[in-house]
Amino acid sequence: MSQGVWTIAEQRDGAFRKITYEIVSEGRRLADALGQELTVVVLGSNIKEKAAELGHYGADKIMVAEDPRLDPCTTDAYTAVISGLVKEGDPSILLLGASVDGKDIAARLSACLDAGMAQDCTEFSIEDGKLVVIRPIYAGKAYAKLTFANSSPQIATARPNVMSINEPDTSRSAEIIDASFTLDDSMIKTKVVEVIKDESGKIDLTEADKIVSGGRGMKGPDEFGILEELASLLGGTVGASRAAVDAGWRPQTDQVGQTGKVVSPTLYIACGISGAIQHLAGMSTSKVIVAINKDPEAPIFQKADYGVVGDLFDVVPALTEEVKKIL
Amino acid sequence: MKIIVCIKQVPDTETQIKIASDGKSIETGDIKWIMNPYDEFGVEEALRLKEKFGGEVTVIGLGPKRVTDALRTALAMGADKAVLITDDALEDTDSLGVAKALAAAIKELEYDLIFTGQRGVDDDLGIVGTAIAEFLDIPNISLVTKLTVSDDQASVQAERPVEGQTLVLEAQLPALITTQKGLNEPRYASLPGIMKAKKKPLEEKSLADLGLDPANFGAEARKTQIIELLPPPEREAGKIVEGETPQEKAANLAKLLHEEAKVI
Repeated sequence: MSQGVWTIAEQRDGAFRKITYEIVSEGRRLADALGQELTVVVLGSNIKEKAAELGHYGADKIMVAEDPRLDPCTTDAYTAVISGLVKEGDPSILLLGASVDGKDIAARLSACLDAGMAQDCTEFSIEDGKLVVIRPIYAGKAYAKLTFANSSPQIATARPNVMSINEPDTSRSAEIIDASFTLDDSMIKTKVVEVIKDESGKIDLTEADKIVSGGRGMKGPDEFGILEELASLLGGTVGASRAAVDAGWRPQTDQVGQTGKVVSPTLYIACGISGAIQHLAGMSTSKVIVAINKDPEAPIFQKADYGVVGDLFDVVPALTEEVKKIL
Repeated sequence: MKIIVCIKQVPDTETQIKIASDGKSIETGDIKWIMNPYDEFGVEEALRLKEKFGGEVTVIGLGPKRVTDALRTALAMGADKAVLITDDALEDTDSLGVAKALAAAIKELEYDLIFTGQRGVDDDLGIVGTAIAEFLDIPNISLVTKLTVSDDQASVQAERPVEGQTLVLEAQLPALITTQKGLNEPRYASLPGIMKAKKKPLEEKSLADLGLDPANFGAEARKTQIIELLPPPEREAGKIVEGETPQEKAANLAKLLHEEAKVI
């Protein structure tokens, strides 16, 4: 009988990504609900020493697989190692982050292990010993409550920025285990030729805690400067509607919506965005939504917690000044 | 090059989604069905590669007869032939089952490259493409924004943006690529293209035709089961921030965000 909750840590350049702490914390809650152990699987190279801190967040065991071919992460290498460990360890639940890599690895694992998988979940619970998840579908226009059948393990990924992170308890420590695994070169079919770092230091939208987005009302690319200023003051990042991306004002990576990124920041400020259904779908899980728009009839106001009817070119700079006074 | 593009038919992104009375599905009566927007990038990329290297582009869809429309759209864009996997036993099949059926259909064809959209904009799962690659035991590179096929047509290099960086990955062919916005600008079907598409071959296949057992598909075989569909959580009615001037409104908003919402 499958036992235990496993989470797959995500790291880069020797540090764990925020999503790792989120899924370790959520994994702890699920393990407690089941009365079972939480094992965190850490893959990479030279990561063992850093891995110990995950004990503070709730891991009972930390299984470390070190190999230079596991850094940077590729779907191939990760799937090969994790599927081997899962077949050996037989966990009941396998939890990953719904990051770009996490989602692809989860999909490949699902096929490889012939197990069910729920992507990008926003809520987890245990009912009758089984994992039950809630996940947005149609980009959040509806939510599906799912459970698993004939599925060992039950595989799920958690949407970034949704799961709360446990207060680290430094008196807690986990047992560190060297994973025994085989990784033949024949298992690695994709080769990393180059890693191009984004030097702007811009926080990815899916990980950002605060987002200031602009739409058609921005009128042009240069005008985004006022949003950049506010976003940087708030420690956040700038997003855009499809209209602004299609007009060529912002790069594709900035697009929020059904055909762009789905985001869940603490604060989402929509400037000059009317609120087309496909945009609303991408940001409706934000905790607090602010809309700034000239048109009082704009649909965005129906989704906003706080609406400001006015010209964004007056309101945004004024807001920046007011925020400076507070911070 | 022999190129295959998997096509999903999905509700138009402007569609209002209504939950049906069974609580487990959506109302399909008023839906306008379109080709999954992410799949268009795959069709476009396949056509460009064919224009460069020669060869053939086959599009494959799965589902009820209406999916023919999405396949015809791809044929009108310039694909050469289409296969529709259609079988009553496929109703309510999960993504893993869909990937198994598509992989079985692809196995019967010659292929150097396979394209799928990075995810369907309906269930937003993003399993099918990657799972097909696993079932065919070939490499996959997902969420690709730039693709280069080597001159000898033996390998591909692809750019895959992940949070904060972009990986340039290389794989030997055959390989599967999942596509996203930024890869190219999909062409529109021309009027002559639409006329020609009507005469292009479109073959229908049942599960039995593919040598698959219908018992392994459908609702009973699902590995994830829908308990219920729920409307999105209601947001409480928001407030319009008062003020005579933009400065006053901004000051009141900052105060609300700081003191009431406590987010700054």
